[in-house]
Amino acid sequence: MTIQQGGQLTLAQMGIGQTGTVVRVLGGHGLIRRLDALDIRPGKKVTKISSTLFHGPVTLRVDNSQVALGFGMAKKIIVQVDNYLPDSLGRR
Amino acid sequence: MMRILLVGNPNVGKSALFSRLTGTHIIASNYPGTTVGFTKGHLKLGAERVELIDIPGSYTIEPSSKAEEVAVEMLKDGNLIINVVDATNLERNLNLTLQLLERQTPVIVALNMWDDTRHRGINIDVAKLEELLEVPVVPTVGVTGQGIRELIRRLPEAKATKTTHTYSDGDERWTRVGNIVSQVQSLSHRHHTWYENLEDASNHPAGGVVIALLVLFATFWFIRLVGEGIISYITEPLFEWLWTPLLVRLSLALGPGSFWHSVLIGNLIEGKIDYFQSFGLISTGFYIPLAAVLPYIVSFYLALGILEDIGYLPRLAVLMDTIMHRMGLHGYAIIPTVLGFGCNVPAVMATRILESRKQRFIAATLISIGVPCAALNAMIIGLVGQQGGQYVAMVYGSLFLSWVIIGLILNRVVKGFNPELLVEIPPYRLPPWRVIGEKLWLRVSGFIKEALPIVLGTVLMVNILYIFGLFNAIANIAAPVLTGLWGLPRETIVALVIGFLRKDVAMGMLAPLALTAKELVISSTVLAMFFPCVATFVILARELGARDVLKAIGIMIAAAVIMGSLQNLVL
Repeated sequence: MTIQQGGQLTLAQMGIGQTGTVVRVLGGHGLIRRLDALDIRPGKKVTKISSTLFHGPVTLRVDNSQVALGFGMAKKIIVQVDNYLPDSLGRR
Repeated sequence: MMRILLVGNPNVGKSALFSRLTGTHIIASNYPGTTVGFTKGHLKLGAERVELIDIPGSYTIEPSSKAEEVAVEMLKDGNLIINVVDATNLERNLNLTLQLLERQTPVIVALNMWDDTRHRGINIDVAKLEELLEVPVVPTVGVTGQGIRELIRRLPEAKATKTTHTYSDGDERWTRVGNIVSQVQSLSHRHHTWYENLEDASNHPAGGVVIALLVLFATFWFIRLVGEGIISYITEPLFEWLWTPLLVRLSLALGPGSFWHSVLIGNLIEGKIDYFQSFGLISTGFYIPLAAVLPYIVSFYLALGILEDIGYLPRLAVLMDTIMHRMGLHGYAIIPTVLGFGCNVPAVMATRILESRKQRFIAATLISIGVPCAALNAMIIGLVGQQGGQYVAMVYGSLFLSWVIIGLILNRVVKGFNPELLVEIPPYRLPPWRVIGEKLWLRVSGFIKEALPIVLGTVLMVNILYIFGLFNAIANIAAPVLTGLWGLPRETIVALVIGFLRKDVAMGMLAPLALTAKELVISSTVLAMFFPCVATFVILARELGARDVLKAIGIMIAAAVIMGSLQNLVL
């Protein structure tokens, strides 16, 4: 698990119900483009809605729509979380 | 003829709008040279009759799957674009709008789901949006038909704005979208509706599983209830009262045993026509597709249409994702799989929504092996069910087991990659009955048009082959596998061979053989698994290519031989 800079978590690490702003999408051009088409891109406010057991898909809300994406993709989306407290670093 | 295209993101109520715009005559077809489906209809524009095409939903005109490539290709053939925009998701939808405006085709925007904006606390200044986009914007509600007249009235105002809307890259376009949204949209307080609470429940891991099991159970119960209901109250009485008296007269006129009697009416069972066993062209040949199978086609597609249009299937995809990954697929593969319970042909076509070749191969192979179509299901439930429900359960249990085990193996053996799930979860919506009704009609009439001739041709061929005694030769060749491994009487080979043409007819051929319950279980399991029907075979070959289709069929035959032998040992 990579520790991000202050207040930055991957979507996979975020807690359920936690909100934040997408900072960056690590990964190839293809992934960036597909997420971009779904309006998941740097600067967008996202809320993590749910996750599933055994590293299954993560669901997030962006504006009025919900998108489910694989755990591997969720690990590549870096989010600056709101209400950041230093002790919540690394919390899942 | 002028051609209008309906273009928009997935899940924006495009089909409901399509159904409001067009009359009753809707055709489902495939884009030339591909298996990507779209629907086509007509509408009157003044005195002119114009063509309306419902383009498969897409988020962008930069395609990321084979299906989206075709959608983009189709854009070139239109004279006018109706861009359907989800008013509750303005930002993401406008990105596609701006991409469309960069092209030369005139555009008009239908601001759909307009009724939904209020309870979501969204206010949109339509006049301002129209001014900024420089094309007409009409608020619509596809499900109720609100705004449709206005949309049609303003179609001639649609225009191309190519010169003013060009963006050097995606980021610049998004900036412009953000700029427009901030000028036209304001948000206010909103209430949580009861179905949004349900949405949250089905997102919850445990709640999701419970809901999925309930949905699955309710769906099977519904399909069975409606299917059996139509059979016992409509199709069977109709045949009994209207058709049987005619056939009896014809039977007397032709004389049992004569050539034409054998072909048309078949054998009399205890002096009577038996629709399951006589096997004549116009006795069993009519009865199987129209009385036994059609009711299940109707009930299955009605259930599927409801599940599709309330927005449940993407949730099932999320729930199934972890399991499907073990089988070299991702959750979205559950959608073609579910389609396969109707007919394997569109199911194999729908594997195109999967991104990699490995996924498409595994999904298509598994569908052909473990997912019996509605016609076969109707016959399995009808025939095996006579012996008792536990035997029906054995057939489906064996098929499910094969599906899982072969999936686990293929995931390890097949080379290639298995990308991850990425899917929008649409909000739950009340079923748009009009759309569901039209879709049901398209699918049912498709069955009648495509399956009925093949069923009749198959029955006719069976009768002629019987008369010339050709089946004995085949039966002798296949006897070792059949009797040795599967413990089946040698006459069943005829049914299995016919299974290549139509599996429902093949099941019908098992009826007169007086098989034991165990033999019925084995023969129907093997019949479902060992080979695709000819229609599925053609589509498999087209989708997978010659080499892979041979591999797939090798897997099917091996799986059927093993599963049939196991059943023979265990049962």
